[in-house]
Amino acid sequence: MASTSLDPKPRLLSALNVLSALFMAGSIYMVFFYAPMERVMGNVQRLFYFHVASAWVSMAVLILAAVLGIIYLFRPQKKLDILAVACIELGLVFAFITVTSGAIWARPAWNTWWTWDPRVVTYTILILVYMAYMLLRQGIEDPQRRARFGAIYAILASITVPLTYFSIRIWRTLHPVVIGSGSPSAEGGFDMTRPMVWTLLFSLLAFSVFGATLLWHRVRLGWLADKVEELRMKALGR
Amino acid sequence: MISVSQLSKRYGYRLALQGVNLRVRKGELVAMLGPNGAGKSTLLRILAGLAQPTAGRVEVAGCRLPKQATGARAQLGYVGHQPLLYEDLSADQNLDFFARLYSVPAAAARIDELLELVGLQQRRREPVRGFSRGMLQRLALARALLHRPRVLLLDEPHSALDLQTADALDEVLRAQARAGATVLIASHDLDRVGGLVQRAVLLADGRTAATLPKAKLGRRLPAHYQRALEQSHG
Amino acid sequence: MASYFSAVLAIMRKDLAAEWRSRQMVTAMLVFVVLVIFIFAFTLDIDTLTRRQIAAGVLWSTFAFAGTLGLNRTLATEGERGSLDGLLLAPVERSAIYFGKTLANLFFMLVVEIFTLPLYAVFYNMSLAQPGLWLVLLLGSWCFCSVGTLLAAMAAQARSRELLLPVLLFPMVLPVLVASVRASSAFVNGLGLDYALSSLNILVVYGLIMPALGFMFFDFIVEE
Repeated sequence: MASTSLDPKPRLLSALNVLSALFMAGSIYMVFFYAPMERVMGNVQRLFYFHVASAWVSMAVLILAAVLGIIYLFRPQKKLDILAVACIELGLVFAFITVTSGAIWARPAWNTWWTWDPRVVTYTILILVYMAYMLLRQGIEDPQRRARFGAIYAILASITVPLTYFSIRIWRTLHPVVIGSGSPSAEGGFDMTRPMVWTLLFSLLAFSVFGATLLWHRVRLGWLADKVEELRMKALGR
Repeated sequence: MISVSQLSKRYGYRLALQGVNLRVRKGELVAMLGPNGAGKSTLLRILAGLAQPTAGRVEVAGCRLPKQATGARAQLGYVGHQPLLYEDLSADQNLDFFARLYSVPAAAARIDELLELVGLQQRRREPVRGFSRGMLQRLALARALLHRPRVLLLDEPHSALDLQTADALDEVLRAQARAGATVLIASHDLDRVGGLVQRAVLLADGRTAATLPKAKLGRRLPAHYQRALEQSHG
Repeated sequence: MASYFSAVLAIMRKDLAAEWRSRQMVTAMLVFVVLVIFIFAFTLDIDTLTRRQIAAGVLWSTFAFAGTLGLNRTLATEGERGSLDGLLLAPVERSAIYFGKTLANLFFMLVVEIFTLPLYAVFYNMSLAQPGLWLVLLLGSWCFCSVGTLLAAMAAQARSRELLLPVLLFPMVLPVLVASVRASSAFVNGLGLDYALSSLNILVVYGLIMPALGFMFFDFIVEE
């Protein structure tokens, strides 16, 4: 009842649901059956496709959140804030997936779950920064101020996170660079064959579509929650 | 001097002010009456440039807010709920600091003059930490008058004062108005400000409800305002 | 322009004068730092060589914790809930308030550093006659205070602000801490400028970007 009277689910969103399900299924199929087994690493290497794809989605939405923050400060609009929160929540989830899949891969590749590698540390700091963002928002009652502070914090975060990376990078890195030139000390790198490239590209596409779908759902949820809050305030009299 | 039209202020989902209109001329002494939560403090904070209007037109001392807020602030004195003074500094140091911020010319003489006016000459070197509520209120008034503002905004200025000091405050405000300053006082206490002001504006539920001219400032408030005001006393 | 700088200076001087009267905050910061030095010394039971290697890390983590104490405090003095209302009423640019507060915080942090460095020198067996080390202290503290003041102004307006500030601040200043530790370590261990250079670069970049953002965004933090 509520969904029909308050805000019907857009048809395009339903289509996206189906599309992302198909893409994800396709990506899983390609990762497990189309991509060849890597010679040195074996099956664990298949994690790489999900790892890179979720890292890509998390970076994209977090950068988007910073851009939205800048726009918000000059043109404050509620929808920008709702979208920014959705981006950061989604970014957190995908960053978490990235770190976890990385740890699982690192166990056989580097013989340890965890290492103080610049990328690993930076990604973990990134998660902490955006968890602090959530705490900041929770602490502020006035919605406009919450949105403003969120915007500023997201912008600051988008600058410190890369700086954190550069500040630690001076150490030698273990993390393999598959695309572009690798570091000589990197361990677990490999050369990609053509089916591997196709699998990676398709995974990136699938995760992007999946991320966009989740983002849309989260925005709709935020929008509805906002409406509920507004109605409640009205019902309470002021 | 003060001109407000169709002013609205929204805090989150709550409308603190809606469609408020207000005009105060140069040299006028006006009270803004209303029960607690009517939006008096919000209106004063907007006039003082401490809060941004959500909608509507606000002009103070010939400056449009919030665009020309810096210009308006230079001509504006504000006494709020908090004294806005620094506890670890003396009365002297406090005023000296604000004189710098407002670029007051011949600050030392002006500070002497004001401490005399509010009767704090003797204790000017003591840290404000040890001051009573009434003394803080008087020093806050001195701070607000420091730069000879053309517009004075006062939020419940009598609340912490004993009868004698409250009368002295009235005298200061009358003198300010005579000298050409515009004075707007927010209060829920008609008995206290009735004798002081030239007219009163009633504010209720974030709207301007009525204007009472001097002649009507006796006891004959509309019955429901009287009731609302009395309730807010307790 | 002249009035902008005089406002910045007036605000800084006001904070210093207030602190000079009570000396509460700087004393607390000093005692805290000394305590932490001792706690580190006793809990990390290590040989002289290792001690010398970790000196810079201990130094900066202590200063960061002490600095957070100071940041919380200087905003708490500004009206109820750090509202800054008294300053906001004055006809000065909001960013002048930001720089005045940042400079005051920097001053307090440097005072604490100057008083506690001799202790470090004794306990961790390091030489203080290093101009490079002083440069790093100045730069690192400036970076810390410039972003700290900005975040403290935000945290002051939230619930549980004293708890919130370190959570907001520490992940943000991590690059500053890492770079400062590295650069200090290079100077303390006599490796010279070459080893410190890349870290100094990071401090300079951070120390320019963050104040610039504070300059642009402070209005949005204090307005209502």
